[in-house]
Amino acid sequence: MRRAEIITAVLMALLSIYLMIKSSELNIGIIEGEGPGGGFWPFWLSFGMLISCIWIAINWYRRTSPPSQSTEVYMDNYGFRMLLLVGGGVTAFIGLIHFIGFYGAIPVFLIYYIRFLGRHSWATTLAISLPAPIVTFLFFDIAMRIVLPKGYLEPLFLPLYDFFF
Amino acid sequence: MEILGHLVDGMFIALEPLNIMLMLGGVALGLFIGAMPGLGSVNGVAILLPATFLVPPTSAMIFLAAIYYGAMYGGAISSITLGIPGASTAVATTFDGRPMALKGRADLALVTAAVASFVGGTVANLLFTAFAPPLAHVALDFGDPEIFALMLLAFATFIGLGGDDIPKTLFSICFGLVLATVGIDIMSGEPRLIFGDITGFMHGINFLVLAIGIYGIGEMIWTIDSTRGKLKMTEAVLSVSRILSAVKESMAGWKGTAIGSFLGFFVGILPAAGATPGSLMSYGVTKMVSKNPEEFGKGSIEGVAAPEAANNSASTGAMLPMLTLGIPGSPTTAILLGGMVIWGLQPGPRLFTDQTEFVWGLIGSFYISNFFALIVNLAFIPLFIWMLRMPFTVLAPMIFVLSIVGGYAATQDMHDVWLMLLFGIGAYLLRKLDYPVAPAVLAIVLGPIAEPKLRQSLLFSDGDPMIFLTRPISGPITVIAIILILLPLLKLIRDKFKSRRINNA
Repeated sequence: MRRAEIITAVLMALLSIYLMIKSSELNIGIIEGEGPGGGFWPFWLSFGMLISCIWIAINWYRRTSPPSQSTEVYMDNYGFRMLLLVGGGVTAFIGLIHFIGFYGAIPVFLIYYIRFLGRHSWATTLAISLPAPIVTFLFFDIAMRIVLPKGYLEPLFLPLYDFFF
Repeated sequence: MEILGHLVDGMFIALEPLNIMLMLGGVALGLFIGAMPGLGSVNGVAILLPATFLVPPTSAMIFLAAIYYGAMYGGAISSITLGIPGASTAVATTFDGRPMALKGRADLALVTAAVASFVGGTVANLLFTAFAPPLAHVALDFGDPEIFALMLLAFATFIGLGGDDIPKTLFSICFGLVLATVGIDIMSGEPRLIFGDITGFMHGINFLVLAIGIYGIGEMIWTIDSTRGKLKMTEAVLSVSRILSAVKESMAGWKGTAIGSFLGFFVGILPAAGATPGSLMSYGVTKMVSKNPEEFGKGSIEGVAAPEAANNSASTGAMLPMLTLGIPGSPTTAILLGGMVIWGLQPGPRLFTDQTEFVWGLIGSFYISNFFALIVNLAFIPLFIWMLRMPFTVLAPMIFVLSIVGGYAATQDMHDVWLMLLFGIGAYLLRKLDYPVAPAVLAIVLGPIAEPKLRQSLLFSDGDPMIFLTRPISGPITVIAIILILLPLLKLIRDKFKSRRINNA
């Protein structure tokens, strides 16, 4: 935990510096007759982030914050495996949307999670993952007229649109 | 009298068939969301907000407020039957609710929680109706410096009262505010903070992208990591006659209910505090003034009533600054405020004069939702307990799907969905190191309002920051904010001083 604390503080400090540089692409001072420039607010806020990170690092050095005293591991095997399987699963889900759209990716993700991570029966798995895209389609595409991306499956939906509209 | 007339009109709006359906649905969903460990009102409201684009703003708000309400009731169900709080707001309910359930009186605990919640909600609604219109009236005179000072105060409460690590809270606030500046600078029209020249950043970062990322994706991963699939359930024996006798018995907790109702409301108004500390404080105070404090922690009726009355009361309290000043009193109300902006409403005191139908319809719905929540809660306790058996490995993927579909629907840009994933995983990793995430959500909602106010104030004063201190209303607010920011520092100095004295003695 102790090592994670300082690594995070340094990374966040770097992010703050990057944000400061990025903000200074706009005017960070006060423009006569116009008030503060466009970069003023984000620049000083990023500076506030940097100060916070330095403060966190000082607390780390003096061992005054709980994570800087903790000897626990930041991420144990379970946590790491979980993040890989769950976080990776969600990442793959979003990636798949680009190819087979929401309505293809939703059942694939649900089957992966419920059947293979959750180890539930096929009956439970299919009872949830098959109706899910249908309900989503009726709610978003039909009721709210928010058209979700369909990727390469687009042609399959044309008859459905003809039916509803 | 004028207020009463508005209230009656509002109730009529709330009693339109569409709104009744939304209230019943919202309350039931809220109860479920509150009862499910890992999901609280803030998660439910963030994930379901995109789904409300289907109905008019007043109905959408009534629906989301009903979820908020229901979740406050629902938190108690898992606190009592599972022994783990269904939402952070129900942490204090486990202290006595769980021992009571282990003694075989889960029914009494559940009924006490429901009755106390109802009383807490009702008291808070009355206080709200009495305080909101005059407060909004006063706030009508506020100019840019006053509004900016109020926002400063809101963030200062996180630093002074939030109880989290101070530099980390500060980091969270600043980061949220910086994220809010991405996109086109509205005053100069120049593009700002367009990372890597990716065009997706041009339209800014919608607050829902951060909120769903944190409270949908991040929270699920966090819950899976922290519970590790170990939950144990206590059965509750319920029947109509048992519920009726339990209602009578629960009256013994009246003192806790009264303390929770009032204390909760006022704690709820503070942006950093809200329902969780409100319920913990009420529990503590009730224990302090109780005739039998030794029963606390072993299944005291007062001990269940106080936090449950407080969390409902606080949730209404949090609405007070949101509706009258445009400053949310809790993360959930921050998301509601963001929603109001999406629906094209201008948050702030003018709502009371320009959008009377919206404001009073919502206030009217508080009373009715509160009643519905009580009825739905008591009638369907067995159903909610049954639903709690739903394994997390079924619930979690559904929440992920809802989050991602909802996140896309909010802005209709895949770029934002990826950003949401990044925020979700980032929030989970930072949360493990005690970085508070709620201030960032509040900041991204308030940021787009705060920045123009600051710039206009400074334009007005030719860049002199003293404008915030010299004006009659913004002056005291700014001073209080500065004191709150310095409070932890003063405490630190006092502790140092004390320890030195002890060392010398």
